[in-house]
Amino acid sequence: MASSPYFSLAVLFVVALGFGLAPLGLAWLWQKVFSPAKPNEIKNAIYECGLESRGDAWVQFRSAYYLYAIIFLIFDVEAIFLLPFAVAFTGLGAAACVSMLVFVLLLIEGLAWAWAKGVLTWA
Amino acid sequence: MAVDEKLKIELGKQGVMVTTIQELYNWGRRSSIWPMQFGLACCAIEMIATTMARYDLARFGSEVFRPSPRQADLMIISGTVTKKMAPQVVRLYNQMAEPRYVIAMGACAISGGPFKQGYNVLKGIDRYIPVDVHIPGCPPRPEALIQAFMTLQKKIDEQHLTGEDRPRHLDEQAPGEFNVPEFGEHDLEPPSNPGTWTVPKIIQ
Repeated sequence: MASSPYFSLAVLFVVALGFGLAPLGLAWLWQKVFSPAKPNEIKNAIYECGLESRGDAWVQFRSAYYLYAIIFLIFDVEAIFLLPFAVAFTGLGAAACVSMLVFVLLLIEGLAWAWAKGVLTWA
Repeated sequence: MAVDEKLKIELGKQGVMVTTIQELYNWGRRSSIWPMQFGLACCAIEMIATTMARYDLARFGSEVFRPSPRQADLMIISGTVTKKMAPQVVRLYNQMAEPRYVIAMGACAISGGPFKQGYNVLKGIDRYIPVDVHIPGCPPRPEALIQAFMTLQKKIDEQHLTGEDRPRHLDEQAPGEFNVPEFGEHDLEPPSNPGTWTVPKIIQ
C-alpha cells in the first residue's frame, strides 16, 4: 500500500481533513464543557431585525392580478416588439412574418379576454 | 498568572515563548471582535468612517461588520436612542450570542446628550443593557472609537477564565436575558432594568 503513488496524496488528504475538523471539534468541545448555553424566547426568535414578527409567513396574493400582467404584456411588451417589426417589415421573410403574427394574435386574444372581463372600462 | 512576568521576558530574550491557555483564548477573542452592522444616528457616520481606508478598523480585527446579531460580538450604540427604538436595540442585544460587548458611542448613547430633555429620548442605553465602554463626544471622532476598541481589547485581555471576574459567557449564573421594555402610557415600561441599572439617589 505504501508503495502506491497515491499513498502520499491520501496522507495529505487525511491531514487536510483533520486540520479543518480539529478546530471545529475543539470549539464544540469547549462550548459543551465551559460555555453554558442560555437560550431564551427572545434569543431563539426567528426574525433578526429587532422587531417582533407578526402574522403568518404564508402570505397569499390575489390571483386576480394576472389581469394586470396580461394588460402589461399587451400594451408595453408588445409595443416594444412591434416597433422593430415595423421597421424591418419590408426585408422580412414569410417565416418571420408568420411567427410575429402568431405572437400578435396571442396577445390580441389576451386583449379580447380582458375586454370581455370588463377590465378596460373604468369602474 | 502561572508564569512570572519577568521570567517570561527573560525566556523571550532566549527565544522561548511561554503562554497560557487563558492568554491564547483572550488573544483570539480580542483580535476578532466583530461588530454588528447597526447605526442609529449621526455617530454612525463616524463609525462608518472608522471602518474605511483612512482609519482602517481592520487593523484591530474588527472590520467584519455582521448584518445578523447571531454572528456579532459587539454592539456599537452609535447615536441617539429614541424611546421608539429602545425595545428594538434591547431585543437585538438579546439575540446576540455570548460573549457580547457593548460600546456606547457619543453623548446621546451615554446619557441622552444634547437631546436629554426630549420627551422621546432615552437617557442612556445603560438603563437596559450593560455597557462595557463609554466614549464621550458629539460625535466622537474615529480615533475615539478606535480608542474604545483598544480599551475593550484591554478589558477582554484582563478577563480570567475562572473565578469571580470570569466573562459572562463562562458563568452559569450570569443572566442571559435582558428585559425588553414596552411602550407604556407615558414612558417605557419599565423605565430601566433593575438588575442592570440602579436609579441614582439624590442626597440632599
